[in-house]
Amino acid sequence: MPEAIATNQTILVVGGGISGMSAALEAAECGKQVILVEKNPSVGGRVAQLYKYFPKLCHPKCGLEINLRRTKANKNLRLMTLTEVTAVEGEPGNYTVTLKKHPRYVNENCTACGACARAVEAEFDDEYNFGLGKRKGAYLPHNLAYPQRYVIDPRILGTPDAEKAKAACKYDAIDLDMQPEEIKLTVGAIIWATGWKPYDANKIQPYGYDRYPNVITSVEFERMADPFGPTGGRILRPSDGKEAKDVAFIQCAGSRDRNHLKHCSRICCMATLKQTTYLREKYGDDYKASIYYIDIRAIDRIDDFHRRVKEDPNTRFIKSKVASITEDKETRNPILHGVDIEGYHRYSNPHDLVVLAIGMEPSVPADAFPAKVRFNEEGFIVPDEANGAIFAAGCSEDALDVNRAVQSATASALHAIQVINRVAGTEG
Amino acid sequence: MADMKIGTYICKGCGLGERLDCDNLAMIAEREGKSNIVRQHDYLCSADGVKMIQDDIDNEGVNHVVIAACSRRAKTEAFDFDGCAVSRVNLREGVIWVRPDEEELRETTQEMAADYIRMGCAETRHMNPPHPNENRGHEERVLVVGGGLSGMKAALEAAKAGYPVTLVEKSGRLGGAMADVWKHIPTRPPFDQLVDNPVPALAKEIEAHPNITVYLNAHLTRTSGAPGRFSADISVESGETVTENFGAIIQASGFKPYDLANLPEMGGGRIPDVVDQMGLEKLAIEADGGPIKRPSDGKEVKKVVFVQCAGQRSDQEGHLPYCSGHCCLTSIKQAMYFKDQNPDIETLILFDDLRTPGAPGEDFYRAGQDKEITFRKGKVTEVTADGGSVKVRFKDLILDEEDTEQADLVVLATGMVPNAGVDIEALTKPNVEGESEGDEAGGEENAEGEVSVPVESILNLTYRQGPDVPQLKYGFADSHFICFPYETRRTGIYTTGPVRRPMDAEQAMEDATGAALKAIQAIENAKLGRAAHPRSGDLSFPSFRKEGCTQCKRCTVECPFGAIDEDEQRYPVFNESRCRRCGTCMGACPVRVISFENYSVDTVGQQIKNVDIPDEFDEKPRILVLACENDAYPALDMAAMQGIHYSQWARVIPVRCLGSVNTIWVTDALNSGYDGVILMGCQKGENYQCHFVKGSEMAHYRMSKIDDTLQQLNLEKERVATYEVAITDIERAPKLINDMAKTIDEIGMSPFKF
Repeated sequence: MPEAIATNQTILVVGGGISGMSAALEAAECGKQVILVEKNPSVGGRVAQLYKYFPKLCHPKCGLEINLRRTKANKNLRLMTLTEVTAVEGEPGNYTVTLKKHPRYVNENCTACGACARAVEAEFDDEYNFGLGKRKGAYLPHNLAYPQRYVIDPRILGTPDAEKAKAACKYDAIDLDMQPEEIKLTVGAIIWATGWKPYDANKIQPYGYDRYPNVITSVEFERMADPFGPTGGRILRPSDGKEAKDVAFIQCAGSRDRNHLKHCSRICCMATLKQTTYLREKYGDDYKASIYYIDIRAIDRIDDFHRRVKEDPNTRFIKSKVASITEDKETRNPILHGVDIEGYHRYSNPHDLVVLAIGMEPSVPADAFPAKVRFNEEGFIVPDEANGAIFAAGCSEDALDVNRAVQSATASALHAIQVINRVAGTEG
Repeated sequence: MADMKIGTYICKGCGLGERLDCDNLAMIAEREGKSNIVRQHDYLCSADGVKMIQDDIDNEGVNHVVIAACSRRAKTEAFDFDGCAVSRVNLREGVIWVRPDEEELRETTQEMAADYIRMGCAETRHMNPPHPNENRGHEERVLVVGGGLSGMKAALEAAKAGYPVTLVEKSGRLGGAMADVWKHIPTRPPFDQLVDNPVPALAKEIEAHPNITVYLNAHLTRTSGAPGRFSADISVESGETVTENFGAIIQASGFKPYDLANLPEMGGGRIPDVVDQMGLEKLAIEADGGPIKRPSDGKEVKKVVFVQCAGQRSDQEGHLPYCSGHCCLTSIKQAMYFKDQNPDIETLILFDDLRTPGAPGEDFYRAGQDKEITFRKGKVTEVTADGGSVKVRFKDLILDEEDTEQADLVVLATGMVPNAGVDIEALTKPNVEGESEGDEAGGEENAEGEVSVPVESILNLTYRQGPDVPQLKYGFADSHFICFPYETRRTGIYTTGPVRRPMDAEQAMEDATGAALKAIQAIENAKLGRAAHPRSGDLSFPSFRKEGCTQCKRCTVECPFGAIDEDEQRYPVFNESRCRRCGTCMGACPVRVISFENYSVDTVGQQIKNVDIPDEFDEKPRILVLACENDAYPALDMAAMQGIHYSQWARVIPVRCLGSVNTIWVTDALNSGYDGVILMGCQKGENYQCHFVKGSEMAHYRMSKIDDTLQQLNLEKERVATYEVAITDIERAPKLINDMAKTIDEIGMSPFKF
């Protein structure tokens, strides 16, 4: 990728998930200069961790591949990974942005041959799989990671592994002395697309995520379902590694709850409906899915997917906010307690595995935000004149599904272009 | 173009030098591949390696570059040489990473690499670097069709980016359905206060904007052209027709409220005090903050019941199968109309699932609860007139019992019906069988094969494929792709607002802004002759050799993007800026006269022909794999990265789309002694994943006809297989190749080896 010189006619996009990539590409394909910064070693964000999308049950990696192709082909777009924004000063058409670039310890000489990973012995929890599996201390985050360049985990620095990695590389790509860098850029407009993170399930104490191994989150379940995930695509109980066939899904885990996240995270209903189809895919007719819900928010024309799942005799819907979970000490089955409010029946239902449809909260908390923008109570950016030329895209704006996030990103790209074109109009 | 000078560059890095005899490959590139310059490098993607190539381009006149190194998906930016035709020979992911490193296998691994060198050289000999087409337009004006909220917003946002806009509205005023709405739902605190309707302010802004022209009481009578050079005839208020040129089009033709009269069991159309949501807005506007009075006798409403999902989310014939997305929020807003005027008015919302997603949605729901709006989960069975009031019978789903409520007024949340114009697929169904099923739209076919259309067209496109944009589902003209909500099947024409998908006003405004960006992007692409994604930036375009064309119209019928028209003599007329470069036309052409500068029947056909086919008794079969470049090819690359092996007999060629596969490639392969042919495309059918719409489906169909050829050649039909392969089929894709190798093992070698 050629070095793009940043000017006040450059658009900075912060966050390389589906929203940031989309915003950056849409703007770059309009002929604008764009710099995309991503704090992780590769782009793709949360969608790169999904097995399938609702409602089509297609593969997120297909769209990622297209976006990567667009990225590789576009000379207006410059990508900086392992980079975070630490400060933003200035005004629309003239911002000074301070970036912190963390060392990858691998330079652009890397051919992704994989020799360093073979040489290194140390293993660490794999972030890509939410710690459900291990990866090497020299690694490529996943198969479609872009840039296709290895990363050295800083924890192997100073150990013999680091030297082994360096020695294994024929291309002088490993630079163990790489230092963090501070970079200042001038840009005209900023698109903020830092996305979401799963709500901390440990905080939902009655559900015992921290105590019961067979209570997991929806994002972990998603990794399990992936044939190239940590369990090879099998739905396994963490307690004993046995296949889970009776699976409960708890909706609004942390969402729509004054004690946790006030807002509805929008995607969780559809995500659960989708995840029940994974069970059918793996087990045929030999499974049971139970969905504990408040409202099923399968909004707009994709409600037909909801109705299709509803017709599945193996899936039942229980209108109930689960009160608490206990554990059968012998089987380690989680037992769900609550009241089915359709008819007011009390229940204590054991299941093989419980999946918490975990809510989404903004990745960057309002109090740690490096620029002055307006937030709502939930921590999402509210569009406002006072934000100047800082525009939120995707889940920085609200809890959105992928389709809505890309819609939001495309709109934010236009807002940024309007600023850039104004600058260009006055400066020529 | 100067004379062709081919430079072939062989990388010895990443183990290629150790695993392969690169001197032998160099010799093949020179002698068989007819390369003018052949060089090897220990590390080709390094600055030094790239400079070596660039020097040959600058000093030796090399204009065709063959990179024999890693996959075309790796180091793409390093091996980008302006003005040159570049072929990538995949020796790393395509050869050494998919073959075990064992001494006794060296020979077949080397043969694999040698064939790929031959193929790359053959490809480049038949390729030219693409040049932008001559038929580009530079018009910057955006046409917005529909002056409702979405259209107004799209017009303003495009104008704010500096592009002139013409807004065509069929009624006599701006604002569409939203103009008849009293108050708007707040999207920021305070959530208990309804906000002003945005329409009047937007209308004022539009009137004041020097770069927006508005035609009221106007509609399109004819639209032709392509991005950058659309031309539209606009019938305007005076009765005259004005013709204007446009760079791109935004269709914001909105929705119609679902007809209340379809719900007689809920009192719709029968009981005057049963209204729909738009009907309630009318009452609220009349009341203007005072007490809302019911239609029948003007009595002030003291109790109102809202029935959610009326005629929606239903399997019943004539009802809407989908959720309209906005109605829960709208009913809460309308209940607030009553509560804000008089908190003692009883407001009850009967719902199945209450859908107020996101942060502002949930905040607004809570504000409604705080105002003591009652919510009950219930399913309405019947609404009847009962003396001076309306009786609502329903099943309370929480208490699990039948109940009734008496109200002064009942509001049915009936949902939205998209106004997308003519359903062109129901019209013509130019399906792969070539049958015409013209009756589905209820139209009648006359002698010329023309169909009379019961629905009014919005755009009146002169496109061969029909006058409007294709509809996806339930009449919505949406994109089929989750990652790409604006992926249109008519390049340069973008639908937005409720015609695209059911949505609320807030979403519609954001959607319209996104559509304005896409329109601007289409204009900028058209200026330069660039393709839209998935082949973003591609300058190549199809052209045809007129002498060979038999005017069979396959290309014009099968183009998924309506890019090809026909002239009076039924020859194809390519509209390059509408084209997405998939090559479906090339695959369809029975006389093989359609080609791109860098992708043609020859660029692939010659690769197939240049593979070395060993004698039958060598027992070294050859399997041709034609793999979709977006899914199957990356899946094979990723298999290689995982160290998954596949048969040494495979020779894989990436194709733009399986739709571009011309059957001649398959018959030629079989005739020249290949033992098996595999086609790998995307998922087809309802949830198709092909970004070129029907490529995979068409290939499956065309291959179903290959049986005749096989029979003529007296070959087993197992020798040709067509699969749907996803990008995640990292284990399956190699397995399919190995399965074919096994099949060949069982049925024996092809006898057609000469």
